[in-house]
Amino acid sequence: MDLSVHLPNLLGAAATSLLICSLSLLMAASLSFGAGVALFAGPAWLRAIAFAYVEIFRGTSLLVQLFWLYFALPLLGISLPPFLTGVLALGLNTGAYGAEVVRGALRSVSQQQHEAARALNFTRNQTLWRIVLPQSLVEMLPSFSSLAVQNLKDTSLVSMITIADLTFKAQEIRNLTQDTVAVYGTALLIYFAMAMSIVALMRILETRVARSTGRLS
Amino acid sequence: MSASIEFNQLHKRYGAHPVLRDFDLKVQAGETVTLIGPSGSGKSTVLRILMTLEPFQEGCLTLDGISYHQPHGKPPFFASDVHLHKVRAKVGMVFQSFNLFPHMTVLRNLVEAPTAVLGLSRDEAEGRAVELLHMVGLSDKAKAYPGQLSGGQQQRVAIARALAMRPQVLLFDEPTSALDPELVGEVLSVIRSLAHEHDLTMLMVTHEMRFAREISDRVCFFEGGRIVEQGKPDQIFNAPEQERTKRFLSSVLNG
Ligand SMILES: Nc1ncnc2c1ncn2[C@@H]1O[C@H](COP(=O)(O)OP(=O)(O)O)[C@@H](O)[C@H]1O
Ligand SMILES: [Mg+2]
Repeated sequence: MDLSVHLPNLLGAAATSLLICSLSLLMAASLSFGAGVALFAGPAWLRAIAFAYVEIFRGTSLLVQLFWLYFALPLLGISLPPFLTGVLALGLNTGAYGAEVVRGALRSVSQQQHEAARALNFTRNQTLWRIVLPQSLVEMLPSFSSLAVQNLKDTSLVSMITIADLTFKAQEIRNLTQDTVAVYGTALLIYFAMAMSIVALMRILETRVARSTGRLS
Repeated sequence: MSASIEFNQLHKRYGAHPVLRDFDLKVQAGETVTLIGPSGSGKSTVLRILMTLEPFQEGCLTLDGISYHQPHGKPPFFASDVHLHKVRAKVGMVFQSFNLFPHMTVLRNLVEAPTAVLGLSRDEAEGRAVELLHMVGLSDKAKAYPGQLSGGQQQRVAIARALAMRPQVLLFDEPTSALDPELVGEVLSVIRSLAHEHDLTMLMVTHEMRFAREISDRVCFFEGGRIVEQGKPDQIFNAPEQERTKRFLSSVLNG
């Protein structure tokens, strides 16, 4: 079995997967911080919205979310190209999990830090942005790393809405060549390599943040 | 410029558990007052109320002429942010466990609040921070992170950080209780140098009896949420009048 036969054909599709993954992660990161901070310190109405968002997207199936956006949005008069629909679904879904990570990390900063900030007359907002959030960043990164890998693996679902990602392309080539083991084997290896790259990048980021916040010297 | 403090008939409960009852305490501007007493008697609570970290249920607290009043019989209401901001601008606090910001260098710990809260320029704040670090003997640690310092060094940074805000009142809650015995001296000597400053009112809770005796203008013996006896250090330590004071002092001095 020679895996390299299918490699060139699959790499282009892998780039599509990676692009969807990156864009949805950018969106997820903004949503994570937005909703996570809202859950931690927002006014009641904003907390309620963030809570509803997080629970709806964590409590329902990603595939159904994807189909819903793909089939239901056009009925509401909003029609997005499949690519954007995929990014949107993944970003919303991962962002919901990320928001819980952010909220948990913010809560893990000790009450004593809040008191020290109050004694120095920082406002609530200053305490959040200058004292609490920077300290909680290190706590978030390991969980973000697994969410990012999960997000990469979940991109395979976009093949269901006609996007020619790695999974879609692998299926297509397999149908043509019937070389099931080699095609899917190659696809697995590519996913694995991409996941390892994400993990490595997040490790570097973790070290950077740890160093710039006094956790490592 | 320093500020006076007056607690008037203050009540403080945690849930149904009363901690302070009819609590009265007056501290003159520039005075150094020490609270001693058994643990659980409410000493920290007094400091925490002054620092606005805890609300109270009844009575009146006056700081430098600004009163915060809790009307009798009314449920506790909370001071406005404006009021709290004004009070906190006058009061600083040094905590038992230092509570430095671990993600900032020592210098940044001293510069952050003066720039963000007081609106000082970066240069001005850094200049002042450098002076304060020199005063507490830590000029060489400006670039270190708190986690790289000993407990005694961290507490000296914490004192400098509080002073950087130019408080009129400085509160110390057992500043040396979390320290190894050999590190206590360096922190006490910094506090000692402050006690002689006339423009700083100091209120301190400590178990270092010899130190309390040395630096205080007045010592208050605290038990069960009220001051049992107070007076000049010599009077309290040499000739306590109350039986409970005698018992406490003999237990800590001989214990
Ligand atoms: N946050 C809190 N919630 C409930 N009870 C508290 C709290 N803080 C302190 N107490 C209680 O109040 C009393 C006085 O505490 P504290 O002021 O810390 O005493 P001290 O500093 O003299 O040791 C103690 O009985 C303590 O258990
Ligand atoms: Mg205490």
